[in-house]
Amino acid sequence: MSEPINDAELVRQAKAGELAAFEELTRRYERQVYSLAFRIVRQEHDAEDVTQEAFLSAMEYLAGFREEARFSTWLMRIATHAALKVLRKRRGLDTVSLEASTEPDPEGAIPHPEYIADWRQSPEELVHRNEIRRLLEEALDRLDEKHRLVFLLRDVEGLSVRETAEALGLSEVNVKVRLLRARLQLRERLTRVFGDPARALAHGHHIER
Amino acid sequence: MKCEDLLALLNEYVDGTVDPAICDEFEKHMAGCNPCQVVVDNIRKTITLYKEGKPYELPIPFRDRLHAALREHWKASHPCDQKANGEPR
Repeated sequence: MSEPINDAELVRQAKAGELAAFEELTRRYERQVYSLAFRIVRQEHDAEDVTQEAFLSAMEYLAGFREEARFSTWLMRIATHAALKVLRKRRGLDTVSLEASTEPDPEGAIPHPEYIADWRQSPEELVHRNEIRRLLEEALDRLDEKHRLVFLLRDVEGLSVRETAEALGLSEVNVKVRLLRARLQLRERLTRVFGDPARALAHGHHIER
Repeated sequence: MKCEDLLALLNEYVDGTVDPAICDEFEKHMAGCNPCQVVVDNIRKTITLYKEGKPYELPIPFRDRLHAALREHWKASHPCDQKANGEPR
């Protein structure tokens, strides 16, 4: 079997007019784009529209892609823009930005972890189980949109803080604050399910230290 | 360092971007504070679970539509290109 061609080479071929190269890039990332879209817009039909629009835009703007970031990062940013457009349209705020990015987060102190316990199983043991997957999606759904967006781009898609900030039109400070809240909230929810009650640590003990 | 301070630095610590001097303090605190240790471990596992989770599969009819739309768009934007005559799969 021959070595798989890397993304950069496929990008080069696609820029040179090879449809097959662009199709291979699409095959590589269509699930990732669709998953991101689905988790942002939370509706199958809209997720399909966003996915299609993302790849069409990528095709259109490929010539201008300067390859300063990885192709996947660039593509996820395009998909994010398409998904945010859907959210704005739903709210009938087509011309207004999703959230005023210059405003500091009107959020007070960081919430304290409440339920603290070692997990009974490792992520490796948990990750392939279908019921766990549903649980993870539910926990994600329960986050505020602004926290969910940051968590998805930074922790699920692996964008840097700066790339996440750029994709969402936020300051880096804002991204960090939201990311911390998202992580803490998800930790809280998941630990209530996966934590070992026999090894739960008292809330008070933690606060007093 | 107190638990609150540790909480404020959690992102940087988990992402490995914390200043080395602060990192030492962070770890010193954790060594004597089991709850903080567990919280950091919980957070790491939470992130891993999401990162390693499998993406959704595209609904098959949509996947076919998507690829057809891309081929069509490609042909429209590369009218003179022989290579653009992607054969239907």
